[in-house]
Amino acid sequence: MTVQPPGTSPVGTFDERAAHVGTVAPLDVPAIRSDFPILQRTVRDERPLVYLDSGATSQRPRQVLDAERSFLESSNAAVHRGAHQLAEEATDAYEGARAKIARFVGVGADEVVFTKNATEGINLVAYAMSNAATAGPEAERFRLGPGDEVVVTEMEHHANLVPWQQVCQRTGATLRWFGVTDEGRLDLSDIDSVITDNTKLVAVSHQSNVLGTVNPLEEIVSRAHQVGALVVLDACQSVPHAPVDFARLGVDFAVFSGHKMLGPSGIGVFYGRRELLKAMPPFLTGGSMIELVHIDRSTFAEPPQRFEAGVPMTSQAVGLGAAVDYLSVVGMERIADHERRLTEAALRELSAIEGVRIIGPTDTEHRGAAVSFVIDGVHPHDAAQVLDSQGVEARVGHHCAWPLHRRMGVPATVRASFYLYNELDEVGNLADAVRESQRFFGVTPSSTG
Amino acid sequence: MQLEQMYQEIILDHYRNPHRHGLRDPFDAESFQVNPVCGDEVTLRVRLTGTGTEATVEDVSYAGQGCSISQASTSVLTDLVVGRPLQEALTKQAAFSEMMHGRGQVDPDEDVLEDGIAFAGVAKYPARVKCALLGWMAFRDAVSRVVDEVGAS
Repeated sequence: MTVQPPGTSPVGTFDERAAHVGTVAPLDVPAIRSDFPILQRTVRDERPLVYLDSGATSQRPRQVLDAERSFLESSNAAVHRGAHQLAEEATDAYEGARAKIARFVGVGADEVVFTKNATEGINLVAYAMSNAATAGPEAERFRLGPGDEVVVTEMEHHANLVPWQQVCQRTGATLRWFGVTDEGRLDLSDIDSVITDNTKLVAVSHQSNVLGTVNPLEEIVSRAHQVGALVVLDACQSVPHAPVDFARLGVDFAVFSGHKMLGPSGIGVFYGRRELLKAMPPFLTGGSMIELVHIDRSTFAEPPQRFEAGVPMTSQAVGLGAAVDYLSVVGMERIADHERRLTEAALRELSAIEGVRIIGPTDTEHRGAAVSFVIDGVHPHDAAQVLDSQGVEARVGHHCAWPLHRRMGVPATVRASFYLYNELDEVGNLADAVRESQRFFGVTPSSTG
Repeated sequence: MQLEQMYQEIILDHYRNPHRHGLRDPFDAESFQVNPVCGDEVTLRVRLTGTGTEATVEDVSYAGQGCSISQASTSVLTDLVVGRPLQEALTKQAAFSEMMHGRGQVDPDEDVLEDGIAFAGVAKYPARVKCALLGWMAFRDAVSRVVDEVGAS
């Protein structure tokens, strides 16, 4: 089974782009766009699609769609069972994808577990820690109980907050958190009193899905490890957009999702440091994850199989492998650089509109390409409706970060999030649509004074 | 243009100048409803006179935060139900709910829904249906706390 290589778009300019890998030469965005069929469509009264919701889910290039289809048409079988040729090919494709994805984030293939999404990855750690209560002595370091503390932040997505609330409820541990400053940065001024000798685990996002803030992991990881706490990283908004190396970051666990990085939905990645995975009890149990099964007891397989119960998603893994190929050929440095330009333009153009307030850092330092804002006198839901009527597809609401919105004093925000296929012109489309929403609701700055 | 179809003048008028806004005493029951998708919320109080299903809606007061659709829809609700027999108010509530769930295919009866028909265009946008229903759900829920025969929707 060979995964269809990137660069097979009809335009055929992918090779030129490949030649730029390792440099920060600008992206050839029109060529990239030609790989994404959906970006050619129109919405609402034949308006060209301006897709600014990649923070929720990204679009998929033909190379990813073709890889899935080609796998299903040639080698589909249940992996890690059966001795026939198809099973062998499917297993090779699945494990090949795992190895490729592991390399992409700087870790070993045996440290990467496929889950259905990033949320499941976080729950995997949370439930493994609950299950540690009844596991053997090797699971001692995962045990939580009264007196232990779990630390989160006020900017977490619900996926990296609710599971920790629940695990504290189940185990009697205490939940603590870092606050967020008015500028939308993590407030680490009290780091030594938030992360203490009682801390067993710190769960933090790499990049906020609302504010765009990139968090100072070095300081957090260093303090956490000083007190012997484990660090869980939500990398959903960082891995798709910039070079990320989990080993170098020194985190103990990390998660990200396939569909936010040009890959299929229904697949997420959970990373755990080798020695931790080896000692960690399972979360979901059943087929595939066992070593020996008797009628009244079982032993479990080595990681990563121990954490992949049941027949796993296979074409999705192959598709995510193709997405990683695509991103690698374009180059993560160049993607990050491109998004920096888009962010800079968006911050500049939106800030220039009277009555618009950016929720999050207003400079591009340690900041990704999610730009959230509110418009005086126009509820975010209404603003998004006007944006939609102009073909601008942005997200509205609390973006699964309700405590953060409460902290920033807003019920909801409009969020524009950019990716490698967005043109600078689309920032202008966004700004125009924002002005149109002010006009439509009669709150143009002249009338509001 | 689609936007004008959705945001009828009636809706924008109610949004800018909401009727019966604010929470008032006395009241018989209060309901708090939230739209978990966007965080919008409404607290709504009802005051009934008379008993059971023979009662009359004497007052509806409310406060909350939300988009133009949810705010205007709650304002229109008060126009439609205050001073009316409870049975009639519940008929209107059912008709409004049916229209909003109809994906724009339900032909609303203006005799029943009055200004409420302005929201027919909103029904074509599934993401906004909950906005329009927020206040109405609060009304039904509050009434069900007073009148045993009315179940929460």
